[in-house]
Amino acid sequence: MSKYVVSSSPHLRDNVSTRSIMQDVCIAMLPACAAGILFFGYRAAVILALSVAAAVLSEWFYCKATHQKVTVGDFSAVVTGMLLAMNVPSTVPYWMPIIGSVIAILLVKMIFGGIGQNFMNPALAARAILALSWAQAMNSFATPAFGNIAGADVIASATPISGAANGGFTLLQLFLGNVPGTIGETCKLALLVGAAYLVWRKVISWHIPVAFMGSFAVCYLIATGFNVNETAYQLLSGGLILGACFMATDYATSPATDAGKLLFGLGCGLLLFIFRFVKNTPAEWCSFAILLMNVVSPLIERVTPSKSFGEVKKNA
Amino acid sequence: MATTQTFGGGIHPHEIGNGKASTCASQIVNAAAPARVTIVMAQHAGAPAKCCVSVGQTVNMGQVIGEAQGYISAPIHSSVSGKVVALTTCTVTNGRTVPAVVIENDYEDRWDESVKPCADVDALTPAEIVGIAQKAGIVGLGGAAFPTFVKLDTTKLDPKPDTLVVNGAECEPYLTSDDRVMIECAQKVIDGVSIAMKATGVDKAIIGIENNKPDAISALRDAATAGIEVVSLPVMYPQGGEKMLIYALTGRKVPNGALPSAVRCVVLNVSTCAALSDAVREGKPLIERVVTFAGRVANPCNIRVRIGTSLMDLLEQVGGLTEGVRKLVIGGPMMGASVPSVNLPITKNFSGFLAFGEEALSPEESPCIRCGRCIRTCPMGLMPAKIDAMVRHDDYDGAIALGAMNCMECGACTYACPAKRELTQSCRVAKAIARSKK
Repeated sequence: MSKYVVSSSPHLRDNVSTRSIMQDVCIAMLPACAAGILFFGYRAAVILALSVAAAVLSEWFYCKATHQKVTVGDFSAVVTGMLLAMNVPSTVPYWMPIIGSVIAILLVKMIFGGIGQNFMNPALAARAILALSWAQAMNSFATPAFGNIAGADVIASATPISGAANGGFTLLQLFLGNVPGTIGETCKLALLVGAAYLVWRKVISWHIPVAFMGSFAVCYLIATGFNVNETAYQLLSGGLILGACFMATDYATSPATDAGKLLFGLGCGLLLFIFRFVKNTPAEWCSFAILLMNVVSPLIERVTPSKSFGEVKKNA
Repeated sequence: MATTQTFGGGIHPHEIGNGKASTCASQIVNAAAPARVTIVMAQHAGAPAKCCVSVGQTVNMGQVIGEAQGYISAPIHSSVSGKVVALTTCTVTNGRTVPAVVIENDYEDRWDESVKPCADVDALTPAEIVGIAQKAGIVGLGGAAFPTFVKLDTTKLDPKPDTLVVNGAECEPYLTSDDRVMIECAQKVIDGVSIAMKATGVDKAIIGIENNKPDAISALRDAATAGIEVVSLPVMYPQGGEKMLIYALTGRKVPNGALPSAVRCVVLNVSTCAALSDAVREGKPLIERVVTFAGRVANPCNIRVRIGTSLMDLLEQVGGLTEGVRKLVIGGPMMGASVPSVNLPITKNFSGFLAFGEEALSPEESPCIRCGRCIRTCPMGLMPAKIDAMVRHDDYDGAIALGAMNCMECGACTYACPAKRELTQSCRVAKAIARSKK
């Protein structure tokens, strides 16, 4: 045998790997997680840690139990764990994020074939199950207290959305995150910094977040007779920005082509508009808007194939 | 007007160690005359040539030793003067075993009587130029080795071509042989371009060069004559792909499944043009070429070698391999073939020899994460991950329906894939199976 390896071209590979991409996503979520800990105290940190640990351990366990290669090294379970924690209030009992992560990894991700094969965003699907099963706990938010690590008083306080009609919070408060909400959704500044990092690193493209937020904003503007203030208030409320930048952009559950991404984002924006404006529900429906579009994603992809270079009109 | 547009997609491959920078500034050196040459009969696209010499026969430099068979084929000439010592077979880059002629060099460099300069190049008709290119065995030196006379013969084309597109992009990492030819033989390249313009009956030629070769661009601009434009192109792999280059230089898109002639273009490589000039002016057949040695070799360089020289001997001349070599590549790192040994002769399409270490070994594949990078990078606008999934489920018709036949195997998708999946190879498999079904 020759000591030289023979294999098919190309013989060079980019340094980007699944693991480096997932690590980038983790890095991009760190500012929002840090903001969550600063606003909601140590409980937020514990929930993040438990959620990530449960996600990684359940994937490890699944791989071992089914005699497959252990895939936790690709960091995708860490991403799922972080996302789930960012989507729950800091007041939930500690067992809840653990249950959520196990559901996300085992039920939504692994049994459908693992990374890239799940048809719904694992963290979002798990959040939905938690929200439907323990609605009370999932809708009890703490009053943010910046820098109060000991944690704030638990109150079933009104979130910006439920209080949308009367305002109640300034746009600056909403932007900086000094409002009740889930651990990772409140600080829009941190989320946008993270999203910008992902776009810069070419981990995500602008299409889904811009189409999502854009279509939502346009609908809201029209519906409110061009009330810019209220539209901005809605944009900065709830899980919209977290969802648009970190959840809807999940590779496995969104279309692959640019045209498909635009359609997908548009659908998310329209659905969320319907849920929030037309239905006017007090709870946050952003995750359900994305989950619904997750299910439609394969259909969108079917109607938005890439255009081949030499596809020209005959007899042109 | 110079267009600065380029195709969509593409990548910027990185070089590890001795890349283009290691060879682009040093002059082409002539290899030592080989003691013996092994000249294979299949070193061009199309039908192999048929050997027409016998053992013991004395041959001259430039003498035909293999006759072209059929239309798309090319004759093979002796690159030395000397004696035929064996008719044998030889394993070439693609792994096939083909007939070869072994000639022992008598070091007299005695040109064959058929090799004589042309008295009046300007008086040649297009048909005569096509005939010279055919007899001289000129093939595309970029790597595909398609017989050049076939491209030059435009008599049967309708509509007639109006533009000669000349490929000086050299977008493959590591390779600089075209770059050095453009710098050192600018006049010859331009002369070849003018001759090709006359042969094809076009009055406009555009030479496209990536802007990382400023010396080549200025050398050709200085040498350019009427009707020849030199255009600086953005650095983007695969800028030198035929369809990408035509689009960048003329704005025309070659339809799927069609040839450049469909958009009234003829495409030639710069080194091929230089060889055409030699054939027409000097009467010299194609018996030598410039080869880049780079990567893990002791002295990276560009070296002018005779066809049939042993790669092993040449490697000794450039100081041999350095430590840790795990892969040998003939051609560029993106589209070149890896080979198990250096026991190979130089052929007409041998543009480079690259030695790589661990960095060039195929990483382990992991599941597709559907990130869409392959779609973004594919210059042909395909969806490589979907084709790959089809092929892995043995659904070749499905892969073909997704346009697998349009894949030019540039390797950009495999390069970009974070899951390290062999996407290009899946396209190759789909194409091969579809062809075998025909």
